[in-house]
Amino acid sequence: MMIIPCPHCGVRDENEFQCGGTAHLARPPLDASDREWGEYLYFRDNPKGGHRERWRHAYGCGRWFNVVRDTVTHEISAVYPITEPPAR
Amino acid sequence: MSNRYSAWSLLRGALARHANWPAAWRDADPKPAYDVIVVGGGGHGLAAAYYLAKNHGITNVAVLERGWIGGGNTGRNTTIIRSNYLYPESARLYDFSLRLYEKLSAELNYNVMVSQRGLVLLAHSRHDLDAMSRWANAMRMNGVDAELIGREELAHWAPGLDLSPGARIPVLGGFVQRRAGTARHDAVAWGYARAASALGVDIVQNCEVRGFVTADGRVTGVETSRGRITAGRIGIAAAGHSSVLAALAGFRLPVTSYALQALVSEPLKPVLDTVVLSPGTGAYLSQSDKGELVIGAMLDLFPSYAQRGSFAITQSILAGVLAMFPAYARLKMLRQWAGIVDVVHDSSPIIGPTPIPGLYINCGWGTGGFKGIPVGGWTLAHVLATGENHPLAEPFQLERFTSGRLIDEAAASGIAH
Repeated sequence: MMIIPCPHCGVRDENEFQCGGTAHLARPPLDASDREWGEYLYFRDNPKGGHRERWRHAYGCGRWFNVVRDTVTHEISAVYPITEPPAR
Repeated sequence: MSNRYSAWSLLRGALARHANWPAAWRDADPKPAYDVIVVGGGGHGLAAAYYLAKNHGITNVAVLERGWIGGGNTGRNTTIIRSNYLYPESARLYDFSLRLYEKLSAELNYNVMVSQRGLVLLAHSRHDLDAMSRWANAMRMNGVDAELIGREELAHWAPGLDLSPGARIPVLGGFVQRRAGTARHDAVAWGYARAASALGVDIVQNCEVRGFVTADGRVTGVETSRGRITAGRIGIAAAGHSSVLAALAGFRLPVTSYALQALVSEPLKPVLDTVVLSPGTGAYLSQSDKGELVIGAMLDLFPSYAQRGSFAITQSILAGVLAMFPAYARLKMLRQWAGIVDVVHDSSPIIGPTPIPGLYINCGWGTGGFKGIPVGGWTLAHVLATGENHPLAEPFQLERFTSGRLIDEAAASGIAH
């Protein structure tokens, strides 16, 4: 069971959260080609290691935030607001 | 080296007190060059190597496995085989696989213990019933067997299922695919390995691919933990690690890796002789030949390369199983594990060329790779041998994520993701 620090509510169990996938994906412009649009919708780095991702405290405050989490150890090394640029 | 197994060879082995059985397959050292390299020694990779040799006469082939063969998802699944998919493209693909499974023991001269004990899907609501009618009828339209069943028949199919009026999770009916069932997962890997090895394929273990060698944009070999190995054509069959290998080759995939967990109980006397799948609770279970209940779960819904499942999911799955089968409440669970599965947005596989000429991939089977092993190997071998997609694999290309022609099997793939 992962223990996730919600920036608003504090440390809670994984069951209270929902993962929103990779963070900082920029929506391409409306005149994007099919290839760019497909890349945006479907293609992901899917790294083995550090991953910037969005989480929502679904059964708490309901708010979104970003984390940097290792996809092998599940260790969370940074938590930062959803509006901030990518953390290292 | 690979003696043919038969009643006679068993008798001969017994008379020699089983001291003289040769190794089933050859644990090879890598040669510097091959015609074809398959990266990944799981079921799909080994099957691809076997069909390269058997169907196409290409025997100068190496299967490179980072760990030991069948040690990834092939050894971490719930051994279920079925072809209950919704769309015609999927029905053709998965039913071809099931038909290969039906004859696999004879084909490989290796008992893969296919047991067509049927798979029962449970409908927990009026909406489930409607959806399952559509699903079962779609299967029949596609030439795959499916029968809608009511509550009375469910009592026969799944003894112990709580069908009482006060059941916590009501069960209104469902449908069954009689030809579905289970197979022995390790035997599938070992059987393909033995048959491929007998045809001259090198199976190389403890050989991790760390990079791809290219010339003029075309792949010409791999860098491995055991040195550089060259080959004109290379196939990747690495399931949850597909993105890692694609990154080494310089492209991305529409894949996210998740942990999919399963667990087994202590052995019981026979209590369940079918596979029961409840999409509503995300749980599915069957009883192994050793007597253990084999329980499969839904995904841990966050990206993961850790081969262990989250306890949050274990808990919710067991709660679902116990609500449906209260009699199992005092069972002890013996083992829990997870495999890293390569989930694609439409829950359908990708079998064909990559953006790098000479490099092909078989991935995206997600939560259902085991049932696809024969057809995944068959179609990867076809494209590696001929450079042309197999007709069965034609709809399942990377290009669909640009064209938008997805084959959305999210519902029929069995569990929530």
